[in-house]
Amino acid sequence: MSAAGPVIPSFGRGSACVTGDHAFCWGWVRDHWGDTLEPHLVQHVELTLVAVSAGFAIAFSLALLAHRLPAIEHPIAIAAALVYTVPSLVAFQILVAFSGLSNATVEIPLTGYSLVILYPNVVAGLRAAPAEVLEAARAMGLRRRQILWRVELPLAVPAIIGGLRVAVVSTVAIGTVASLVGDRGLGYPILYALRLPTPFRTEIYAAGALVVVLALGFDLVLVGARRALVRWAR
Amino acid sequence: MASAASLVFDRVSKRYPGRDGHAIDELSLAIPAGTFCVLVGPSGGGKTTALKMVNRLVPFDAGDIRIDGRSVRDLPAVELRRGIGYVIQQVGLFPHMTVGDNVATVPRLLGWDRRRIAARVAELLELVGLEPGDARRYPAQLSGGQRQRVGLARALAGDPPLLLMDEPFGALDPITRARLQHELRRLHREVAKTVIFVTHDVDEAILMGDRIAILREGGKLAQYDTPDAILARPADAFVERFVGEDRALRRLGLRRLRDVPLAEARGPAPGSCPAIAAAATVRNAVSVMVEAGADRVLALDDDGAPLGLLTLAQATALLAP
Repeated sequence: MSAAGPVIPSFGRGSACVTGDHAFCWGWVRDHWGDTLEPHLVQHVELTLVAVSAGFAIAFSLALLAHRLPAIEHPIAIAAALVYTVPSLVAFQILVAFSGLSNATVEIPLTGYSLVILYPNVVAGLRAAPAEVLEAARAMGLRRRQILWRVELPLAVPAIIGGLRVAVVSTVAIGTVASLVGDRGLGYPILYALRLPTPFRTEIYAAGALVVVLALGFDLVLVGARRALVRWAR
Repeated sequence: MASAASLVFDRVSKRYPGRDGHAIDELSLAIPAGTFCVLVGPSGGGKTTALKMVNRLVPFDAGDIRIDGRSVRDLPAVELRRGIGYVIQQVGLFPHMTVGDNVATVPRLLGWDRRRIAARVAELLELVGLEPGDARRYPAQLSGGQRQRVGLARALAGDPPLLLMDEPFGALDPITRARLQHELRRLHREVAKTVIFVTHDVDEAILMGDRIAILREGGKLAQYDTPDAILARPADAFVERFVGEDRALRRLGLRRLRDVPLAEARGPAPGSCPAIAAAATVRNAVSVMVEAGADRVLALDDDGAPLGLLTLAQATALLAP
């Protein structure tokens, strides 16, 4: 510890705006975009993409399995729902004991949450094909696998994209909590600024706004994907 | 062009587990190649079950079904089905595929090359009365009648010798329905397929069928014959009731004035008795007579020239066995 004396919070290169504790300092955002905001934004994008991709891969496989064996559809849904009831803070704490302050500690719960959101959507999507469409497919001599890939999956796309939109937005939001496990994601600058003796509002608002913009950006991409893929529904 | 196939039901039986009685009870039917055969009867008669046993969507317990002498059980179900057209009331078009892709389904499964498929799709759209540009539209953009036209084109795409149709026009408005019935008859004359057509509507059965099989509750065959023979000689009280008390008139509805012997149109000047086009049915001619209180009607050819006279007595004579 250093010697006595007033603890002066370090706001970096302090401009008058920053040292004066104004509500929002554009200057700070400009100065610290490259060393604080952008790296954490990139981390947050990675965090989200990894978690949602892994969650989707697992949810998709489980849903295909449940589609084949309807008996296991509910047990999987219940198990998944139980995962969702574990608060993210607790999940991080438990996993720290196993995987330490690594990416896995963050990605495992986030993957779990998107899995829980995606699984029922994929299952419902696979059930979206009307009975008469399936009957016609069978009567024309399509094999089971052909029906799955050519009929059921294309018709599941709207439901799957709907699930992805919820999963991505919620992962972006929950991802901020990942900062408790170390310096990753947009949660970190927020947490850092909050812990200062005088919380630094500019950093909190700026990182918070980026979280919102990121969620909206992902959502926009998915809406675009839906438009491109689902041209058949009016 | 694949020609038509004969179809034989040979003492076919089917029970659904947990249900009393038969769905199909020892059904035997011989349907010659190229026949338009209508399965008709009240609900519970097993019409749809019988139809779906042909392409094995529904398995049967006993007996056999043979297409051109070959049991439907001799082929893997998938291959069997690719050679049988199937049209249902709800159509069941693939909503995510364009009309062209829907029609191309079976040709693609059969491994045809692109150019052959494209030519076939264009040919079929024209055959069923759709525009070439409709190939790029999606089912959601079509009317009910157009959708069923696509359904028919899709069923015919692989050029199957046998076509199964399960109440294909049941969900259409009466005008569209009448038009499609008419066009299907024309189409049947052109493409010469064997058609098995299920309906619960006696009028439709009489209008469409070369032969009619009437099924009653419990999946029993009540009568199998030409429409005229069924109307002239109902096999039992059930058939009599099913075809209706106006069966004499229905029979007259099967024949057109130009196809029956007419008396020479002489004597009374035109205008003294009602007139009707020779393309009309004898039933309509009788209706005109009854309406005018006359005992004869003058048949006119396409140019409006008198062709001959039909008297009420002649019409009655047509009903003689």
